[in-house]
Amino acid sequence: MQTASEIDAGIAVQYLLRIGDTALIQAQRLAEWCGHAPALEEDIALSNIALDLLGQARAVLTRAGTVEGRARDEDQLAFLRDEREYRNVTLVELPRGDFAVTMARSAMLAIFFKLLWQRLAGSSDAELAAIAGKAVKEARYHRQHAADWVVRLGDGTGESRRRMEAALQELWPYTAELFADDEIDRHAAATGLGPRWSELEAAWRGEMESILAEAGLQAPAATPFLSTGKRGLHSEHMGYILAELQYLQRAYPGGVW
Amino acid sequence: MSAAADLAQPSRVDRAWQVLAGVLDPEVPALSVCELGIVRDVIDRDGELEIVLTPTYSGCPATEMIERNVLAALDAEGLMPARATLRRAPAWTTDWITGAGRRKLREYGIAPPGPVARQEGVPVRFVRRDAAIACPRCGSRETERISAFGSTACKALYRCLACREPFEHFKPI
Repeated sequence: MQTASEIDAGIAVQYLLRIGDTALIQAQRLAEWCGHAPALEEDIALSNIALDLLGQARAVLTRAGTVEGRARDEDQLAFLRDEREYRNVTLVELPRGDFAVTMARSAMLAIFFKLLWQRLAGSSDAELAAIAGKAVKEARYHRQHAADWVVRLGDGTGESRRRMEAALQELWPYTAELFADDEIDRHAAATGLGPRWSELEAAWRGEMESILAEAGLQAPAATPFLSTGKRGLHSEHMGYILAELQYLQRAYPGGVW
Repeated sequence: MSAAADLAQPSRVDRAWQVLAGVLDPEVPALSVCELGIVRDVIDRDGELEIVLTPTYSGCPATEMIERNVLAALDAEGLMPARATLRRAPAWTTDWITGAGRRKLREYGIAPPGPVARQEGVPVRFVRRDAAIACPRCGSRETERISAFGSTACKALYRCLACREPFEHFKPI
């Protein structure tokens, strides 16, 4: 029988995993560009952003492991869970696509993370608040970089505009999951751990729309589709990411640096 | 040992600070970890020194190397036992880089960061086209940014339009 405090900790861990796993998988997707980006400067930029996200993921997963109290560290959480134990939103596990897809998603995520870290800087969990105080500065920079590209591609050539429009059409349905609340959000808000993610939606939408307006683009219409990654039910792409991400630990169990 | 002798000897904490002043940042080996502003505290905990460090960026791969280098330097000076701990709050800012650190950055060929602008309430939609980053080689302010990201998380790429040399700029954060 679980005690009330064990149940509380379990829910807090879920909330933390949603943050840490979303940063981790986005980092993994961005890292795929290393050595493949269209220009050297962008190769460096995407690797830098991936590294920031990986650092944020490490800190949050470490915190999740501590709160969980089962002696799992960041590496065990990142490399030794099975697919359904990951709590990232589905948006980040979609294939990296072309450069427009990558930049559209990077803008969506960076704005979301910036708003989330701003709120988490006031978390009742001092460790999470400290992580957020650092991460918000990084998310702000990521956002500026991605917004630059959304505008440049949207307001660029006919081809770049066509690609950015296609990217928005492809990704937009998956943004609904970011703001779909459930009992985990309500519990986090009630304990002061962090905001219900739905509270971030209006500001997120406002920032996205102002960037899209600058780019001469429009946000696609909302659809009834709701992805379920943060509940552990992932798309067909997730297993392939984990196959690559976890290869070393699966092939050489317990291997350390 | 007499009280007078005690006073004449620098404390272990003071000696640790002296040692740390000689530990260079592995990615910008022109300035010490103290000049970079990442050593937040040195505490003597019943004979064990605690070196409190703060990370520059969440994903900075040098953080762990810095911890190892710090402990190795203390060990070499006979100041063990010691351990390094991480303090995340308040978050590191380039405003903590010392005056000497800024000068050394410039001499090393990296344009030092200006003061951090207040971010709250400022509509920062795009990467700002920072005006007037002075070239660390010739001092000209006729410079332009090539890339918002550089060889490490803390830097951006610039070039000087006067002397035509590329250089790095330590981003204010």
